[in-house]
Amino acid sequence: MVLVFVETPRGLLKKTAFEAVTYAKKTADLLGTSCVALTLGSVSNAGELGRYGASRVLNIPGDALDQLDGQVFSAAISEAVGKLEASVVILSHTSTGKTIAGRLAVRLNAGLISGASALPTVAGSALHIKKGVFSGKAVAEYEIKSAIKVISLMGNAVKPEVSADAVAVEPLSVTLTKSLIRVKATKTQEGVVPLSEAEIVVSAGRGMKDPSNWGIIEDLAATLGATTACSRPVADSDWRPHHEHVGQTGIAIRPNLYIAVGISGAIQHLAGVNSSKVIVVINKDPEAPFFKAADYGVVADLFDVVPRLNDAIKKFKAAN
Amino acid sequence: MKLLVCISQTPDTTAKISFNPEGTDFNAAGVQFIMNPYDEWYALVRACELRETLGGTVVALHVGTVANETTIRKALAIGADEAVRINRDPKSAADTAKQIATYAAAENFDIIFFGKETIDYNGSEVGAMVAEYLQLPYVSFASKLSLNGSTATMERDIEGGVEELEVDLPFVVSAAKGMAEQRIPNMRGIMTARTKPLTEIQPVDFEAPSTLVQFTLPPAKVGVKLIQPDDMDELVRLLHEEAKVI
Repeated sequence: MVLVFVETPRGLLKKTAFEAVTYAKKTADLLGTSCVALTLGSVSNAGELGRYGASRVLNIPGDALDQLDGQVFSAAISEAVGKLEASVVILSHTSTGKTIAGRLAVRLNAGLISGASALPTVAGSALHIKKGVFSGKAVAEYEIKSAIKVISLMGNAVKPEVSADAVAVEPLSVTLTKSLIRVKATKTQEGVVPLSEAEIVVSAGRGMKDPSNWGIIEDLAATLGATTACSRPVADSDWRPHHEHVGQTGIAIRPNLYIAVGISGAIQHLAGVNSSKVIVVINKDPEAPFFKAADYGVVADLFDVVPRLNDAIKKFKAAN
Repeated sequence: MKLLVCISQTPDTTAKISFNPEGTDFNAAGVQFIMNPYDEWYALVRACELRETLGGTVVALHVGTVANETTIRKALAIGADEAVRINRDPKSAADTAKQIATYAAAENFDIIFFGKETIDYNGSEVGAMVAEYLQLPYVSFASKLSLNGSTATMERDIEGGVEELEVDLPFVVSAAKGMAEQRIPNMRGIMTARTKPLTEIQPVDFEAPSTLVQFTLPPAKVGVKLIQPDDMDELVRLLHEEAKVI
């Protein structure tokens, strides 16, 4: 049986949840077994996970589970793995998943592949799994031989697919350990898709000349339903908040569409974004190295072309 | 205060990535290796700052062969007091974690630091694994860390936000951007690094539950398609019909 741990930040199901369940369902199909989803703590609408292929949706109740502690979570998940006799555990390669996956692998004596980019292939009792390595410059294929296998799934690696109906949520009881971490406050940005989950990202760099010029970037992002990002020099000069910094030392992202405006494309920046499916570069310098990594390019003054692109997209959206 | 900083080395971002013909091994010839930036800029520097204000010892730990001693000396030049090298070329995060946990189990460190991930494999696995072996709390992606007696106050990055928390010593932490500022080693640091203790210890046996099968290189980009600046409708059409992303 394939058990998928579904993270539910603030009790909500996110896109990563549907991706993980879709991936788990397809993995279960490959193995000729079923897919069971597991949620921890309070969560709304968890039964929805049935639509993405979970034949059962389980919930371990407990107020202590409303705050993330990898120690408590991994103990609870491993007990569930034992009770349900799961042979594969899937989770998301997010900050939550990364806090748990390593602990879970040690607890279960399991091989772990983190950041899987494609479905596994079955090789006897082993699984082969691919992931991107060296900032997207290569792909590594691994074999997990252990009896229990843990896989964390890279965001945007699979598209959520509805294949069945919602199911009723069943409670599951396990022994909960006491958290040694005391959470004092949580600050979240509501209403904004986090960069790690964004399908479209509009990013801008020093070519913007001044932070007061960001209106055209925000307008373009709003039209596209995109999340905004920036290059390192922009974050370092406090033109934009640090959480917007994408690149090697910021956040590594892999959206479907990355639009880079006024960013030259230093290798450290590319390292964080070149796993994007499609890259559009807007820069007035035809020699900007970013054009070599781009799928589409516009050599022009960004202050002219960004508003024009925004208008063209508005026109397209109105017609479609 | 006894602090452990686990450092790894990675190919420099600008390095050309290639493999042996079978694709089973990374080709290190001509590749410049650096200390993993998250380990160096944030974990190591913050550990040194805590030692400077509170006293104690910073131990830099590396799992790797003698060829990696340049990286270890750099950690000493930045400010670690001593270094330990576990003599093994680890083939997986699980192997590295087992080696570190075995060493640390006998040492009673107050804080064990990691960078949030390495920039080559980005697995973010080792810190969590070591914490589980040692049954310690693990605070991942911490962007701030201050100590008051035996209690640490930290901020960590979570999905779509930041969390402020407290945890008592001892614990394991992975350092993200914001925890400290990069330090360039000065001449005195480089000179004293040569005489600081660097101990080699032998690894324990470990059979990794997952192994590399093969590296492959992705297909090269076909080249950029340039669109005329006065024809943004064409770009929108291509994004919709050809790339299918809007």
